[in-house]
Amino acid sequence: MRSLELKCFGIARDIVGGPTLSWQADFPLTAAELQGALLLAYPDFLSLSSVKLAVNQHYATESTPIMPGDEVAIIPPVSGG
Amino acid sequence: MNQQPIHISRYLLEAEALEKLYSQPQDGAVVTFTGIVRGNADGKEVRHLEFDAYEPMALTVLRKIKQETLEAFSIRELCVHHRIGTVEVGDAAVVVVVFATHRKEAFAACAHFMDRLKAEVPIWKKEVYLSGKVWVAAHA
Repeated sequence: MRSLELKCFGIARDIVGGPTLSWQADFPLTAAELQGALLLAYPDFLSLSSVKLAVNQHYATESTPIMPGDEVAIIPPVSGG
Repeated sequence: MNQQPIHISRYLLEAEALEKLYSQPQDGAVVTFTGIVRGNADGKEVRHLEFDAYEPMALTVLRKIKQETLEAFSIRELCVHHRIGTVEVGDAAVVVVVFATHRKEAFAACAHFMDRLKAEVPIWKKEVYLSGKVWVAAHA
């Protein structure tokens, strides 16, 4: 297990209780695996119309690999403009 | 005013200044979209909006959408400034200015860019009412 610091924005901050979440994970890890684990730990994410992950400032696909030290963010439904 | 073509700002946006700064003699069309904070939403009185952004990624995504819009439409230049933090009712939350030879492409490019901004850029708005607050579009 190693620690991953997840950035949280918008309603994701309310759900996890802060702007960052320190997450323990086994590597290698895919975005789909991390997302599944997050939904289990924080079921409130299931009520959102979408939840995406960004890895190193790019939207992740299910198979995007996540390595220790990557910049990972939880992206709830965006609403700019 | 910040003079970058793509910018995320904590201060009042100035559409006219961007139009003047970036216009060139060959531009026959300058199309500006200004998104303004409305005073009510679904019948509720809005006090102000609070915008949150994943700033470095928002800038990256805005640059990508701009590049793809420049490739898809016959336009010369596109500028976008977006507010974050607290934005009062009546103030601009976003300004997009498109410069082109002809209006048709400029209108289309501006609409296309805004549609993608709203769908892809990691920026979030919270509506603050007289009582309570809600993250917009968060729930299905």
